[in-house]
Amino acid sequence: MIKYIDEFRNKKAAGYLINEINKYSQIKNINIMEVCGGHTLTIMKYGLKELLPENINLLSGPGCPVCVTPQSYIDEAVALSKKKGVIITSFGDMLRVPGTKSSLLNEKSGGADIRICLSSMDAINIAGYNPDNDIVFLGIGFETTAPTIASSIQFAKKNKINNYSVLTSLKTMPEAMESLLKDDKVNIDAFICPGHVSAITGTGIYADIPCKYKKPCVVSGFEPTDMLEAVLMIVNQINNNTAFVENQYSRVVDNEGNIIAKNILNDVFEPYDAKWRGIGIIKNSGLKINKKYEEYDAVKKYSINIKKDNNIGTQCICGNILKGINKPDDCKMFAKSCTPLNPIGACMVSTEGTCNVYYKYKKV
Amino acid sequence: MCLAIPMMVVKKDGSSGFVEAGGVEYKVNFDLVPDVGIGDYVIVHAGFAIKKLDQNDADETLRLFKEMENL
Repeated sequence: MIKYIDEFRNKKAAGYLINEINKYSQIKNINIMEVCGGHTLTIMKYGLKELLPENINLLSGPGCPVCVTPQSYIDEAVALSKKKGVIITSFGDMLRVPGTKSSLLNEKSGGADIRICLSSMDAINIAGYNPDNDIVFLGIGFETTAPTIASSIQFAKKNKINNYSVLTSLKTMPEAMESLLKDDKVNIDAFICPGHVSAITGTGIYADIPCKYKKPCVVSGFEPTDMLEAVLMIVNQINNNTAFVENQYSRVVDNEGNIIAKNILNDVFEPYDAKWRGIGIIKNSGLKINKKYEEYDAVKKYSINIKKDNNIGTQCICGNILKGINKPDDCKMFAKSCTPLNPIGACMVSTEGTCNVYYKYKKV
Repeated sequence: MCLAIPMMVVKKDGSSGFVEAGGVEYKVNFDLVPDVGIGDYVIVHAGFAIKKLDQNDADETLRLFKEMENL
């Protein structure tokens, strides 16, 4: 038994919560978006969709960083991997994401020096061991990961490590959630908010959503009993005709978040209008390296011009899947020409991508 | 991607140290939660401890789940 993990997989408590949800959710259909890919994974792994009443519809959202990283970013990383002396360091999932013509995995098999890291600090170590090479870390993620990458950049500056830079594609959640609510095709009644983003930011970042759009927001933990409790909290809010930010994951998340991490993040990054794969540009939804640390920005170091994205593929509906408009089964290529071994869209690549998770746990 | 799990701090020397869960030890950086100590539980993500877990709060949630078992 692993402490604070297995205990939150309590079958009997889950049974009680499902009964309560059944008892109180009879009134109407409720569309709940779980924004975070980690939550999608829990829902599918534990079969929560099947346990919930039919009128509760769980929709996966845009909270998988690999899935929303634009194709042009992969193209730039591929181009950098071909430069003499450059070592690309990256989280593993990024290697299989298709760019316009190639993926990092293709380049690696062709001889490019591309290394998988579990942490940006691994890339810093690689920089130390390879003083004659230039190390580029592919910095993708949301508010959870951004402070860890900021910390590596601060470390590099403090220790005068000059052969390290970061190609960032960091994004922030609340702006994306709000953009979905402004989209007429999207039909969301409530959000299950990402737990580990909130651990850094605090619950305060969601305050606008219940205020402006009257949609309940519940921050949830990642174990199945956590998520069922979060669904019950949403059902109760809807039944009571209220909308506010509620925190199911209070063992990790509080109102103000991790102030030290936020200070590190704000020291290194500044907001910009970021491009989301399949969605488009969302105002102030990205984080880029600011002027103070610009020597660690791979975009500046290598004078990269971000080009326009080409279409991913004529039939790929990743964009609609990321917005909760469609489900993977609606895609003609799902589990046919697009599989985890041969992904066409980015949602099939990441282990938290909606299509990948559906493929794995729906046993297609 | 934002996957993170609770692990117990077993060694700490300034910025770096080790955490443990289920018998597995893992090296992490503590720059984002500098004030934690041995025996504390932290949430670990991408090689960093990103937040201290509030054990009293976790135990209270578990107590409520226990109560639900009998309802």
